[in-house]
Amino acid sequence: MANITELQQTVSQVRRDIVRMVHANNSGHPGGSLGCSEYLVALYFETMKHDSNFKMDGKGEDLFFLSNGHISPVFYSVLGRSGYFDVAELATFRKINSRLQGHPTTHEGLPGVRMASGSLGQGMSVAIGAAQTKKLNGDDRIVYSLHGDGELQEGQNWEAAMYASANKVDNLICAIDVNGQQIDGSTEEVLDMGSLEAKFTAFGFDVITEKEGNNMEKVLDVLAEAKSRTGNGKPICILLHTEMGNGVDYMMGSHKWHGVAPNDEELANALAQNEETLGDY
Amino acid sequence: MKKYPYTETKDTRSGFGAGLVEAARKNPEIVGLCADLTGSLKMNAFEDEFPERFFQVGISEANMMSMAAGMTIGGKIPFTGTFANFSTSRVYDQIRQSIAYSNKNVKICASHAGLTLGEDGATHQVLEDLGMMKMLPGMVVINPCDYNQTKAATMAIAEYVGPVYLRFGRPKMPVFTPADQVFKIGEAVMLNEGSDVTILATGHLVWEAIEAGHILAEMGIDAEVINIHTIKPLDAEAILKSVKKTGCVVTAEEHQMNGGLGDSVAQLLALNNPTPLEMVAVNDTFGESGVPALLMEKYGLTRTDIVKSVEAVLKRK
Repeated sequence: MANITELQQTVSQVRRDIVRMVHANNSGHPGGSLGCSEYLVALYFETMKHDSNFKMDGKGEDLFFLSNGHISPVFYSVLGRSGYFDVAELATFRKINSRLQGHPTTHEGLPGVRMASGSLGQGMSVAIGAAQTKKLNGDDRIVYSLHGDGELQEGQNWEAAMYASANKVDNLICAIDVNGQQIDGSTEEVLDMGSLEAKFTAFGFDVITEKEGNNMEKVLDVLAEAKSRTGNGKPICILLHTEMGNGVDYMMGSHKWHGVAPNDEELANALAQNEETLGDY
Repeated sequence: MKKYPYTETKDTRSGFGAGLVEAARKNPEIVGLCADLTGSLKMNAFEDEFPERFFQVGISEANMMSMAAGMTIGGKIPFTGTFANFSTSRVYDQIRQSIAYSNKNVKICASHAGLTLGEDGATHQVLEDLGMMKMLPGMVVINPCDYNQTKAATMAIAEYVGPVYLRFGRPKMPVFTPADQVFKIGEAVMLNEGSDVTILATGHLVWEAIEAGHILAEMGIDAEVINIHTIKPLDAEAILKSVKKTGCVVTAEEHQMNGGLGDSVAQLLALNNPTPLEMVAVNDTFGESGVPALLMEKYGLTRTDIVKSVEAVLKRK
């Protein structure tokens, strides 16, 4: 049984890591990272079976692919906090000669990353490929992926979705970070995608909507529910409604913090709102 | 000029199909992906023999490339199959991020490259693919010359770990290389030792280079003819050694002058041993519909064009 308090404490530390990493470079993407903190902590600290002694092939492990690579701060923090590498390395984020590139990559050999991402729209296809290989290998673990809602404007997602349902890729759980924001404004203003639930259902997914994607209990529940529905002939989609910038009041719900770093004063304010629970890096 | 007798003509894409089946029999990790062109890519035999290892992705090449990258995680060796333009320009970003930058063991197998695609016209006659692919760090780029060599190359890339672009085509070409050849990636094949000029050819133009060699011999010109089946990594040692002897070079390829074999050779020579060079290639233009042989003639990619270029380069020696 999950210890909700412990997981929430981890989330608090992850949020500190995110704002500190972005502040230190005056670059990076805090908004989406903060909004997905509960989801990634739930995956890595509770839901997934995985080995921080990293092996690229991941045989016998659940796999995670981050398609919206710009939220690398949350990914790096969670990988570091789960033991893939020393959290001290978070200080090298976006700096020269670092394994923590602006967008995740395998190129510098950072443990925990299996595919470069950043150019949007490719992760669902990648996850499907990995899921197909698991089936060929008789490996019954699950492949998880995370995508931005704005990212769904890339057409490749729908090629992938069509393939996944036609080929019953039912060991796949794709989560969409529905925060309703993208760089130029709200997703509704920039390019209204209509009902994502109707779209994914029409594309043959088993769709689960979670309205409270920043509520740890609800996130754990929706992941357990999604997991229980694998193996039934359909790929699974979690529409995870989150708040961009969640956990830092002045960033919450605004697209303005998609890719902007806090200044010194704003950093102090953000840190005051998130307790240091596991020790800052 | 050495003679290369042959008894049959075959398409290089069939060499790919045959090589894929043979490689797959040896290595159970090989999987095939195809974007609705199974017959054109000659992947039917693979599909029939290994249905559980064949993935029909439909007309969605972007999905195919990224899926192939994902399939390597867990040890599979994916071979993707579609036309050369859909294997490169259409999916360049997918290849760049998920295959090249991520260093995944994917084999991008591309048919119907170049003008010899013929009647379908310029939309499908990609002449920029070698350039696009060779610019990607870590990408191996191979363009074999006949059925046997394409088959051998297909089997060789299955053994090699890393991303590879393998280019072949539709027309039936003389089968003149040995059926039992061992294909060595990055190792040029000497077809005729000569002393007056070096002819470096790739793909379908290798046969034209051999024919040009015979014409030149009758003219009293002793041509060294080398098959550059691997554009990247380029066999710099073989090329520089030959050029040192002959003092001038002609390159021949079914590709744009920009970005092709000639371009790679020019760079190599400029940096190491500046030497007169002429290029037989498409000169900054798109193709068009037509019978392949007539297109090759119109766009200057025949044995006659190679001979003319040799005459021109000899004057510059």
